[in-house]
Amino acid sequence: MARAIRAVGRFNAHEDRRSRTILTPEGVRLPLTIASRGARAAALLLDLLLIYVAIVATTAFLLWIGLGVLGMKPDSIDDKTAIGGALQGLLIFYFIAMFLFRNAWFLLFELGPRGATPGKRIVGIRVAARHGERLTTEAVIARNLLRDIELFMPLLFIGGALMSGDDVDVAAWAGVGWFLIFVLFPFFNRDALRCGDVIAGTWVVEAPRRKLEQALSVGEGANGRSAATGTQYRFGEAELAIYGEYELQVLERVLRDNRPEAMADVAEAICRKIGWSAGRGDERAFLDAYYTQLRARLEQGMRFGKRKADKNTPGAG
Amino acid sequence: MSTNPSTLAQRVTGWLGRSPEEAVAAAEVAALRSDRFRLEREPEWKRLDAIVTRIEKGRMRRISDEDLLALPALYRTVASSLSIARETSLDRATIAYLEGLAQRAWFIVYGPRATLGGWLRRFLGGGWGASVRALGIDILIALAMMVTGTVVGWLLVSSNPDWYYALVPAGDGDPRVPGASREVLMKSLFGNQNEPALAVFASYLFNNNAQVSIMAYALGFAFGVPSVLLLVHNTALLGALLWLYHGQGLTFELIGWLSVHGTTELFAILLAGASGIHIGRAMAFPGQASVLDAAAAAGRRTAQVMAGVVFMLIVAAVLEAFARQLLDATAPRLIVGAAMLIFWIGYLFVWRRGRTTGSAEGDGA
Repeated sequence: MARAIRAVGRFNAHEDRRSRTILTPEGVRLPLTIASRGARAAALLLDLLLIYVAIVATTAFLLWIGLGVLGMKPDSIDDKTAIGGALQGLLIFYFIAMFLFRNAWFLLFELGPRGATPGKRIVGIRVAARHGERLTTEAVIARNLLRDIELFMPLLFIGGALMSGDDVDVAAWAGVGWFLIFVLFPFFNRDALRCGDVIAGTWVVEAPRRKLEQALSVGEGANGRSAATGTQYRFGEAELAIYGEYELQVLERVLRDNRPEAMADVAEAICRKIGWSAGRGDERAFLDAYYTQLRARLEQGMRFGKRKADKNTPGAG
Repeated sequence: MSTNPSTLAQRVTGWLGRSPEEAVAAAEVAALRSDRFRLEREPEWKRLDAIVTRIEKGRMRRISDEDLLALPALYRTVASSLSIARETSLDRATIAYLEGLAQRAWFIVYGPRATLGGWLRRFLGGGWGASVRALGIDILIALAMMVTGTVVGWLLVSSNPDWYYALVPAGDGDPRVPGASREVLMKSLFGNQNEPALAVFASYLFNNNAQVSIMAYALGFAFGVPSVLLLVHNTALLGALLWLYHGQGLTFELIGWLSVHGTTELFAILLAGASGIHIGRAMAFPGQASVLDAAAAAGRRTAQVMAGVVFMLIVAAVLEAFARQLLDATAPRLIVGAAMLIFWIGYLFVWRRGRTTGSAEGDGA
């Protein structure tokens, strides 16, 4: 019994330490995976890069309009002419654009249906409310207001201290210390929350997009019949009883990857285990047949409430 | 049962065709019950997948009403398929696909409900005022801090004028320094209506003020202490200015000059500071809830206040740029300032949702 419990524990340990479960209102458990800190850092860097490009592009565009097209000089801002007015308009536009890039970039994208900025989309993560609640507009606003002191303020602080020259040491170190407190914050809690997540009640999770794979048990090989040689593979109770669900999933992965060397290795391992000596060259059909019959057996056990986690679980069925 | 097909007899049977017994077994194997289940429901899964993908790509308009209505039902179908598959199928890829699909659909079905426009309507139509009122006592705490800051600034500078330079960031050539004559100070308050670049200055000021108030809010995270310090520091500057103009008998004129936009701007800073204190207090004294839950509840409540603060600062910047320059006398400036103050108090504290159906009252500013 103790062995069985240990085996089940090992089976569950395959699930990541980052996985969480939420319960939907329909009573369905949905697994979520907390995004890794590395992925979040990568997403942030991508976003900062994009914002930087957008700022440079906007600035260059405004300069081009101002200096190139309208032919302004820097001191024409005080002119009471149309040129002066246009330059003022451009400057106002510039300040508003800078404010929006800094504050609205993350906000607007995270309010969208994907709950992710372009950087997060590329990395494949998104924002969600903790404990399976509804993600609200307020939560997204709150988590992004905090970004200002977590990221932009210390950066400006350090930058300013480096520029001014005088009291570089104290101010710059204060900025670095501040920055570190916020940067390291996600490392001190299980859910990798940053301060903004704490305030907003959100977390960042992986947003996998999977295609529906081919059903494996509908092919010719699944009938136990090899298309190449015509061999009929039938496995007996004892030959199927040695493996459990974990091995079935490994086998499934090998079949879906469809790499000949890997399949040959696995087929050889299975043959050794069950005492067969199958010829080489027909591994795919052999594994298809073994997979389907093993799955049929295990699923039948499941329907009767008997599960076999892996090969170490003692006799189910 | 333990037949071994690698024996010659089995191979021969295989070549010659299946025996009836084996055909039955093969038919059963050919479509595993769990795969039959999957194949039956696949079209519905794929339909949901297509709808969800289109919504995620932001192509809301290309989705037919029929699909949109079907979305919740399809989501529930997939959720139940997932439950069944978990209990009956060992096809890891299918379960992973269903988990991913159910998760994506769940995010959409239970995602942010309001569009930005809908949220804005709710926000201006009473949501903002309600969230401000929910701050409760923290507004009074912040107000006390601001008054304290002003008094402290005044007292510091009056005891030693050198403090003025520490409190007020002096720009080059700024005439507003201790010892400035009455004429110079007077000139800084009036007669500037011909300066053309003030609109630019206002947008710059808005940017600055908005960052300061966002900081006052965000710093509430450290149990509210930095928010309080920021409030005190910023209003100490106000106290120092008041002392300077008071020395030349221009207190009234300065208040008029400040009040045009100041009632709105200081109100916004008050709300930002109060929000910061609110979060700090919620984290320091979470009560029955866990610290995390208390912080999250306070954060969401105050986020709405902060959206309003940014809006108020835009109004303040516009007032500063235009109204102050157009009104070149103290009395009309005071009237505008007082009117704005009454408007904000009335809108945020007196006007309650439900009494009127209109939502346009909010953006009268």
